Amino acid sequence: MHTAFLMGNEAIALGALAAGVNLVCGYPGTPSTEVLETVAKNRTDGVYVEWSVNEKTAMELAAGASYSGARVLVTMKQMGLNVAADPLMCLEYIGVKGGVVVLVADDPGPISSQTEQDTRHFAAFSKVPCFDPSSAAEAYAMVQEAFEFSEKYGTPVFLRPTTRVSHGYAALEVKDPEEYTRHIPAGFEKDPGRWVIFPRLSFANHRKIEERNEALSGLLSENPFNRALPGENAPAPRKGLAAGGISFTYAMEAREKLGKLPLLKVGVPFPFPEKLALSFLSELDEVLCLEELDPVIERHLIYVCGKYGLKTRILGKQTGHMPLSGENTRDLVNDAVSAFLGTPRREETLPPPPPLPVRPPVLCGGCPHRASFYAVKQAMKGRKTIFCGDIGCYTLGNAKPLEMVDTCLCMGAGLGIAQAVNHLEPDRSCFAFVGDSTFFASALPGVVNAVYNQASFTLVVLDNSTTAMTGHQPHPGTGRTVMGQAVDKVSIENVLRGIGLTFVETVDPLNLPAAVDAVKRADAAPGVKAIIFRSPCIALSRPTGRAVVDPGKCIGCRKCIREIGCPALSFADGKAVIDPGQCTGCSLCGQICPTGAISGGEPHA
Amino acid sequence: MRKNIILCGVGGQGTVLASRLISAAAMARNIPVLSAETIGMAQRGGSVFSHLRMGEGIYSPMIARGEADLLLGFEPGEAVRLLPFLRPGGQVVVSSRPVTPVMTALSGEEYRAEPMLDYLKARVPSLLVVDAESALREVGSPRVLNLILLGAALKSGALGLEEADLQSAIRRLIPEKFHELNLRALHWASEER
Repeated sequence: MHTAFLMGNEAIALGALAAGVNLVCGYPGTPSTEVLETVAKNRTDGVYVEWSVNEKTAMELAAGASYSGARVLVTMKQMGLNVAADPLMCLEYIGVKGGVVVLVADDPGPISSQTEQDTRHFAAFSKVPCFDPSSAAEAYAMVQEAFEFSEKYGTPVFLRPTTRVSHGYAALEVKDPEEYTRHIPAGFEKDPGRWVIFPRLSFANHRKIEERNEALSGLLSENPFNRALPGENAPAPRKGLAAGGISFTYAMEAREKLGKLPLLKVGVPFPFPEKLALSFLSELDEVLCLEELDPVIERHLIYVCGKYGLKTRILGKQTGHMPLSGENTRDLVNDAVSAFLGTPRREETLPPPPPLPVRPPVLCGGCPHRASFYAVKQAMKGRKTIFCGDIGCYTLGNAKPLEMVDTCLCMGAGLGIAQAVNHLEPDRSCFAFVGDSTFFASALPGVVNAVYNQASFTLVVLDNSTTAMTGHQPHPGTGRTVMGQAVDKVSIENVLRGIGLTFVETVDPLNLPAAVDAVKRADAAPGVKAIIFRSPCIALSRPTGRAVVDPGKCIGCRKCIREIGCPALSFADGKAVIDPGQCTGCSLCGQICPTGAISGGEPHA
Repeated sequence: MRKNIILCGVGGQGTVLASRLISAAAMARNIPVLSAETIGMAQRGGSVFSHLRMGEGIYSPMIARGEADLLLGFEPGEAVRLLPFLRPGGQVVVSSRPVTPVMTALSGEEYRAEPMLDYLKARVPSLLVVDAESALREVGSPRVLNLILLGAALKSGALGLEEADLQSAIRRLIPEKFHELNLRALHWASEER
């Protein structure tokens, strides 16, 4: 054993390696990404790691590896689970041989997601047991137990951290590689009665799954991840708290400050530890539930009260004692517990500060997406258009002054939206923007659908040769794997031509005139057309150029600032100013300046 | 020793690395550490923060209002934004250099550091304002604000660590070719001038 300072996601990765994981796959998504990256960096001999093309594919790999007796960790964010739902729902009916841990990171807030969906609900829906860690240390222990649990009960198991657990750091004791479990897969054995899903098998297994989960609810009442902490000199004799996930740590802190109320910790919310809850509730008149996303613990406790005829009042989101959306904070929990005890917290508040700047995230200085959006905007000026966006850094193209994202729904959805809008309004020029990683993950069926069904729109692939938003993971267009292998790239152009597109042009978006010209020609052509704007992500290529303003030539018209919204550009003493710390010399502002006052950087002619 | 530290600024300013260096230095002294930071979309130029807690008997990496012993502000407005977290009598170390948000630049409004620094001055008896422009110029790199501020926090005494602790953390966490620059930036606040 040794002590290491680890992010929750790193702890999960090392825990999986310690449990003898054989195969790890997933698709990047905040806040889950670092799990797979850490496995890749620390993998021991024989461990296979891949960034799969999407979550569905990763889940299917997990099934195959498990059938062969391997231990598998598959990683994704909460919305990735929607993509992987089909194989996972079915895999639960088939069951597993080698342990399968499905790491799904939820994102209360949401901080970096489209939804605040709760994987604990998905656990109940799919009947897959769910471990919900409250800290990095607990996540390290849980992932190891989850593999044992998965094999013992023949089911995939969710490990469901939330952002503050995934991205919180702690110093913890971890095993040395010599202490890792060695797990040798037995290989696939033919057994069609087991591995081929048919209605009769599903009928039989459905009943077994329900019986198993009923039994697990009892067993999990004894599992130390679920436990009832007794009150100590409790400030209110018959009041208690119930909490799960990071909110458990907030509850522990609140107990230190406000008095040690009895506290029910729910570390495995599905199957719910009913017996434990019953004995906890039977001593209490009122229980305040502290949890994020949906009121899962709260509803289970109400269910237990109803089932066993308890009069205990269960308070939380459904009673207005906790907020219905957003993440919990230490203060929110302190305030709620104080109010629960009838002693609302009072504190001195500071006088209001001067107006603080609004600081939404923006495309980086020199980001090629800015140039791509600007080129399309210039080319389509005055035309009736729709710009369908997608998921990635380029969603930030919605902000002023570009305002080039009219819709954004989920991975790959922009193509279908563009196709349908054009169908209803044939005179509208429709554009679907998609990043290179998203293109491979979820745009391909949309392209095939559009071409075959005679749609008309322009597909714009924003190819910065990486998965930028989640921290630069490789994908099939990059020519390397997460294991460090150099491989043949899958060509976006060849894929599109293979599907049947005839207008497929690749342009450097930082060459503004060429980019504008390509967009105009694409828009004028019939059917489904594609432009690939190819320019590397500046956070990877780290260009060293710097543009400078000649104050003698700058007339202070602010056109550069108004048109492209680059964070390196600001205005001082009547002139444009370029921050050398943020400028990459992309030259876009120089191509826009009406007086030629901006020079330097890399010319992209 | 128990310390609650908040680092705040704008995505891209290096708050995460600064937080990692403090944590590594505390761990080398066998002090338990918990921390949490902004990762994801906000790192693209949005408001970002790190919470860092050292000492025994801590359950959560997050800090509550009025609990921070030290607020390390990489940007004046961001320090004002998170001031409610500072405990009475806590220390603030803040960069004097404003980072103008794109939205402000676009609207043609001016964003100045002075009203922010005045607000801090009126409320924080132990306020240390770091002249970031001079520091970055003298150290000779626009990208080491984080180490300059860490050095100033060391000098204020509120970090509870020694320069040697952070020096060895730099040597362990940062690639060797950047050691000299980062060590120089760390020492900037301690120089006689």
